[in-house]
Amino acid sequence: MGVSEGPRKVLLQGNEAIVQGALAAGCRFFAGYPITPASEISEILSVQLPLVGGTFIQMEDEIASMGAIIGASLAGVKSMTATSGPGFSLIQENLGYACITEAPCVIVNVMRGGPSTGLPTNVAQGDVLMARWGTHGDHPIIVLSVSSVSECFSVTIKAFNLSEKFRVPVIILSDEVVAHTRESVVLPNQSEIQVFDRITPSVPPEWYKPYADNNRGVPDMAAMGDGYRHHVTGLVHDERGFPTQQPKEVEQFLNRLHSKITKGFSEIVMTKSFDMEDADVCVIAYGSVARSAMRAIKDARAQGIKAGMVQLVTLFPFPRKVVDSALRQCKAVIIPEMNMGQISREIHRVNQAGTRIIKHNRIDGHLITPNEILKHLINL
Amino acid sequence: MLERAELIRQEYLRHDKKFPHVWCPGCGNGIVMNALLRAIHHLELPKDNVVLASGIGCSGRLPTYVDFNTIHTTHGRALTFATGVKLAKPQLTVITVMGDGDATAIGGNHFIHAARRNLNLTAIIINNNTYGMTGGQYSPTTPYGSKSTTSVYGHVEHAFNIAELAVVAGASFVARGTVYHANHLNTMIQQAITKRGFSVVEVISNCHVQHGRRNKLGNAVQMINSFKENAVLVSKAEKMTAEEMKGKFSIGVLCDVEKPVSTEEYDRVRQAAQTEAIRIAEEKAKNGVKRYEE
Ligand SMILES: Cc1ncc(C[n+]2csc(CCOP(=O)(O)OP(=O)(O)O)c2C)c(N)n1
Ligand code: SF4
Repeated sequence: MGVSEGPRKVLLQGNEAIVQGALAAGCRFFAGYPITPASEISEILSVQLPLVGGTFIQMEDEIASMGAIIGASLAGVKSMTATSGPGFSLIQENLGYACITEAPCVIVNVMRGGPSTGLPTNVAQGDVLMARWGTHGDHPIIVLSVSSVSECFSVTIKAFNLSEKFRVPVIILSDEVVAHTRESVVLPNQSEIQVFDRITPSVPPEWYKPYADNNRGVPDMAAMGDGYRHHVTGLVHDERGFPTQQPKEVEQFLNRLHSKITKGFSEIVMTKSFDMEDADVCVIAYGSVARSAMRAIKDARAQGIKAGMVQLVTLFPFPRKVVDSALRQCKAVIIPEMNMGQISREIHRVNQAGTRIIKHNRIDGHLITPNEILKHLINL
Repeated sequence: MLERAELIRQEYLRHDKKFPHVWCPGCGNGIVMNALLRAIHHLELPKDNVVLASGIGCSGRLPTYVDFNTIHTTHGRALTFATGVKLAKPQLTVITVMGDGDATAIGGNHFIHAARRNLNLTAIIINNNTYGMTGGQYSPTTPYGSKSTTSVYGHVEHAFNIAELAVVAGASFVARGTVYHANHLNTMIQQAITKRGFSVVEVISNCHVQHGRRNKLGNAVQMINSFKENAVLVSKAEKMTAEEMKGKFSIGVLCDVEKPVSTEEYDRVRQAAQTEAIRIAEEKAKNGVKRYEE
């Protein structure tokens, strides 16, 4: 398999599809450290990247992987790392650096059971809030989730595009089930794939202000070595990139970091709705659980229950609007998650209508089955 | 001499940056910065092609002041960022500046692996025997028995020898200099930058404000003078006994070896990958087998 040359129907594993998506999006640098259940991403990229002139490197740990992908990004190359729970903990330090320096990059976290070494080969969704809040300080970030092999491909492309467009690290939350499930998918022709590259400065170098605001809230980004010598720092900086503690400059800078994401809301927030037109009950799910939920609503419909489903593809920024309208529309909402209720907290937070919320949590390392969800739908 | 100093100042300092800098008067960091700038100037490296990455600490502020592509990274991680930059754009000259705590405590793992990996990078480590920026706590190079803000009763651990650590970890070039021997330091840095492979320059420097004061080592001038007294050229040190070397340290080139540089080796990987892909494609065409495809 090379980078997809034309529409092809292929049998792929979730992890393989992430690789195909990354290559199609223009990823040319990967740094990683082996960990189950994400290792296939490293292994396949170590074969594929050199083929397309890119670079693969195995670093000494995930802190280093994260540093290396930011370095490559600052040098103008689209970059990615992939890891799981323990490694996801280690990337958090430099993830914050990517946020504050606005270095585009993609981080794949194939979730497994935790905490700590936890359940290395079992599925879980325990890192959802960590993906949002894991690195210290108020920071903007985008978190996407995948529920199928085909989404592994398309969402990874989207992740790179959003990352380049908004100059923000994008986290893809996959999970052990999606990662290791094989499904047949149709990979589109490369020419049909929309690829967005970061906007580079058009002004002469002496006019370039690396962190100057504009109408998008996203500064143009010059690569190291392209003649636009500038300073990059993890300290809060002014528009020239130099450290500042001036309250006005600090506030302006941090506000811009957050508002660039708010401005892009409609483009960033992705959800999918199924059978919601006439639904009076619904399931809100993400990741592999969305597959079980899909089956459950079909079975419920067969029994005359008006069930629908909202699948969250973007987890953060939280798809408040879609969730809000589902909550207003339905008399009850079921939220199955393979954690103790991380997204359900968010849903409770936006539940202005006071709709009945039923949590269904499973943390034994196994996928929530359609029947478990169906039982709730029947018992409502 | 003055003329050259003025030329260096004009050419390489960032005048639009809000000087003054953060360093204490007399800090050795300024001498290292000067030696580095003179080395780059002497080597005639175009400023656009130089990337300077640092970690966190007093030493970590150095890149802020100079007009290259500069990255002030996280504490201990400069080499990981440098690795990404170098692999993404091998044509750039990538230099890192780190403190002793930065490079050998929190960044110790990255340091030994960078040496082992042997990318074409240069690491300048300013060893002032303490965590200067955070107020003089003990670092991995704080001498046994010394006082620091976290070892007021005398330090009970033993110090790393940074240059020797770099040698055994596999660096291609390792040198040690001091802020007293400024011209010698400039030469060492030039050699390190020109070396193909991972090169390290350990610079013995003074933090009279934190380390010196607590250990009665005198003011900046006295500390810097002590480097003159205690430094022994490598060639001479090799002939001295351990007893004679007590309280002294060697300066000069400790190691200079030729070995494949992984930045270049990776091109071989790309070629191998392409050859293999062609072979598979030909095999497929011959046998009509389509792997993975329907
Ligand atoms: C992860 C992390 N831990 C701790 C710190 C606090 N810190 C800032 S500088 C520093 C020590 C710097 O000492 P050294 O590397 O020797 O450099 P110097 O200041 O002496 O030049 C520490 C511990 C930090 N910035 N990040
Ligand atoms: S605290 Fe020490 S290392 Fe830091 S600037 Fe002052 S003298 Fe230099």
